[in-house]
Amino acid sequence: MIPPLPGPAHAALPSTATRQTPGPAPGTSSDPPAGDDCCRLGALRKGQRAVVAGLDDSAVATPLPPGELERRMIEMGLIEGARVEILHEGFPGADPLAVRINDHTLALRRAEAHAVLVTLG
Amino acid sequence: MSDTVLSTPAFMGAPPRIALVGNPNCGKTALFNALTGARQKVANYPGVTVERKIGEFLSPAGTRVQLVDLPGTYSLRARSPDEEVTRDVVLGRFQHEAPPDVMVCVADATNLRLHLRLVLELKKLGRPIILALNMMDVAEARGCRVDAAALSAALGVPVVPTVAIKRTGVVGLLDQIDRSMIAMTAALPPSPGNAPDITPGTSSCGWSEPSALDLRAYHQEVEAILAAALRDAGRPSLATRRIDAALLHPAIGLPFLFLVLFLMFQAVFAWAAVPMDMIDKGLGWVQAGAGAALPDGLLKSLLTDGIIAGVGSVVIFLPQILVLFFFILMLESTGYMARAAFLLDRLMGGVGLHGRAFIPLLSSFACAVPGIMAARTIENRADRLATIMIAPLMTCSARLPVYTLIIAAFVPDRTVAGGMIGLQGLVMFTLYAAGILSALAAAFVLKRTIFKGAREPLLMELPSYRLPSPRDILLGLLERARIFLARAGTVIFAIMILLWFLGSFPAAPDGATGPAIDHSFAGMLGHALAPLLAPIGFTWQIAIALVPGMAAREVAVAALGTVYALSETGDALSGSLAGVLAADWSLPTALSLLAWFVFAPQCVSTLSVVKRETNSWFWMLVMIVYMTALAYGAAFVTFHLSSVLLGG
Repeated sequence: MIPPLPGPAHAALPSTATRQTPGPAPGTSSDPPAGDDCCRLGALRKGQRAVVAGLDDSAVATPLPPGELERRMIEMGLIEGARVEILHEGFPGADPLAVRINDHTLALRRAEAHAVLVTLG
Repeated sequence: MSDTVLSTPAFMGAPPRIALVGNPNCGKTALFNALTGARQKVANYPGVTVERKIGEFLSPAGTRVQLVDLPGTYSLRARSPDEEVTRDVVLGRFQHEAPPDVMVCVADATNLRLHLRLVLELKKLGRPIILALNMMDVAEARGCRVDAAALSAALGVPVVPTVAIKRTGVVGLLDQIDRSMIAMTAALPPSPGNAPDITPGTSSCGWSEPSALDLRAYHQEVEAILAAALRDAGRPSLATRRIDAALLHPAIGLPFLFLVLFLMFQAVFAWAAVPMDMIDKGLGWVQAGAGAALPDGLLKSLLTDGIIAGVGSVVIFLPQILVLFFFILMLESTGYMARAAFLLDRLMGGVGLHGRAFIPLLSSFACAVPGIMAARTIENRADRLATIMIAPLMTCSARLPVYTLIIAAFVPDRTVAGGMIGLQGLVMFTLYAAGILSALAAAFVLKRTIFKGAREPLLMELPSYRLPSPRDILLGLLERARIFLARAGTVIFAIMILLWFLGSFPAAPDGATGPAIDHSFAGMLGHALAPLLAPIGFTWQIAIALVPGMAAREVAVAALGTVYALSETGDALSGSLAGVLAADWSLPTALSLLAWFVFAPQCVSTLSVVKRETNSWFWMLVMIVYMTALAYGAAFVTFHLSSVLLGG
């Protein structure tokens, strides 16, 4: 699992996930982005674009074993450096999300999208 | 990179086997159809219920080759029973099935970033691989330029561009298959790739589940390969984005989906009416022919009343099932099915179901059997079980003859609401709605009791829209027809004979009055059940008809005809039977029977497929108990409430 990146958590997020000390992420390349730009995919709205900065599924309720959600997300293209854009939102509650990831489109729920740390841009 | 030679080429005698592997939505099935045409069949893998699609073709060099179409997967880390089959076949873990000699990995050329990781994972197995670079036409139209030669060099596997849906590139693929098989017989190890060695702890079969770290390394490798082979990334499909802007719109999306479903149900009943009539007439003709040709006796009774009437009563639903599957195939191949799951995820989530449960539930309106089988695509076991348990509550087409008969007999043919709505149609709609609402309620209860736990995450690709190929739709329909008829010819055939036996033996004594079925085992069972069913208003005739009705609900109509000693068949029977019933039953009894049929755990085929799919008698028994309880309760309430209200 990739340790979360530093920076203040988004207002809507549980605080525990982002307050851990970051370590160098093995297998990932770049330096953590500047703190203020970092938020979570689940907090973005339609039309917003971002770049994936890391994955942290520790605060997401899931029936999967630990680390499994992260692996599935990587398999579906949600990996550090991927360019994402919120294309469409479901109804009601603007959930789930249709997210463009590089060349393909993925549907996922906001709850799980909170496991994806992104840098706006 | 891999120096483990895993299997020796096994085609001394047996034809060489080639497996098609790839992500969902890569055009794998279209490629399978392009290679094999109609020479394909579907069977089940031993021990599991995942369908195994096999076809054959002749390679240009004249070798007869067996082609297996494996369920689509994003990764060898299988999550659903479907994907487990792909993993186990590819790894050679299946007991009764040798691993494929050559794997043809199909990848969407417009989406290589996502699809190439699976190719790398498969390459590590060290078996011969060919990469079919599919949907090249779409890629070119979008300005995406892939250098196949550079890709082949970077990957270290042969690459063949194809457009499966138009059957182009198939010749090149066939030639490459020949070359790969020759290379394999020469026992050449696979050509070494230039990939960095990211081997995790390899197990004996050369594969172990990759960690998140390994997956990231695969992705980096993919990026490196794409840097060498992707000349131009192209633009994403603008058309798809525009269509989605409308079809996934918060205000338009759901109404449009319901409109599509409404049209589909209209078609299921409207388009299927004529062929169903023809099958009905044809069966009547065969029955009459057999009746005239054979002397009176047991053999004649078995053939006409047992086999022809019994199997015929199931075969008659073939047109409806085909119309339904036509729509399902169209929705799937255009890419709209994933959108339907997207739109419904939130609503279905309200009762704890996954958006993907939509497809099994939709299929169950034709017949619960394909519906329950479609639940295989649901990854989480608890979600899958919950879906299976509620699927039979959807009003399947076999309930229709019963509904039609009783409504015709008891509901006056007049309009309400100022002539806008037919009363009979309104009752029919109410019965459908009762099924859907009770299914949602049952899911709600199940997900909060037995199948507790957070919902499985939704991580679903929304593929680009595309026009389906008529040929692929036709082949898909043929496959469904074959599966359905095979079932009617085996399981249902056997059950029909058993029920005919119960209904015919022992024979009525000489000089007995009343219908013969009254004296048979079925009659005895019916009489034994009658006291139990009296509180819900059922007559003993209904109790008897319910016994053969276990085979298929609509058989209950024929059985009622037998009990009331009517000799007509088909439409004539329904017509005159309605009159007899209207005279014999009270309205509360009729309403109670309708309520019963909404919930009753019927048809043995459904129960047997539940047993097979869940691989347990337990879940089948749970279904019988909970649905019987619902049916009895609903019929009880309906009978007594309507008795009080109607003053009966």
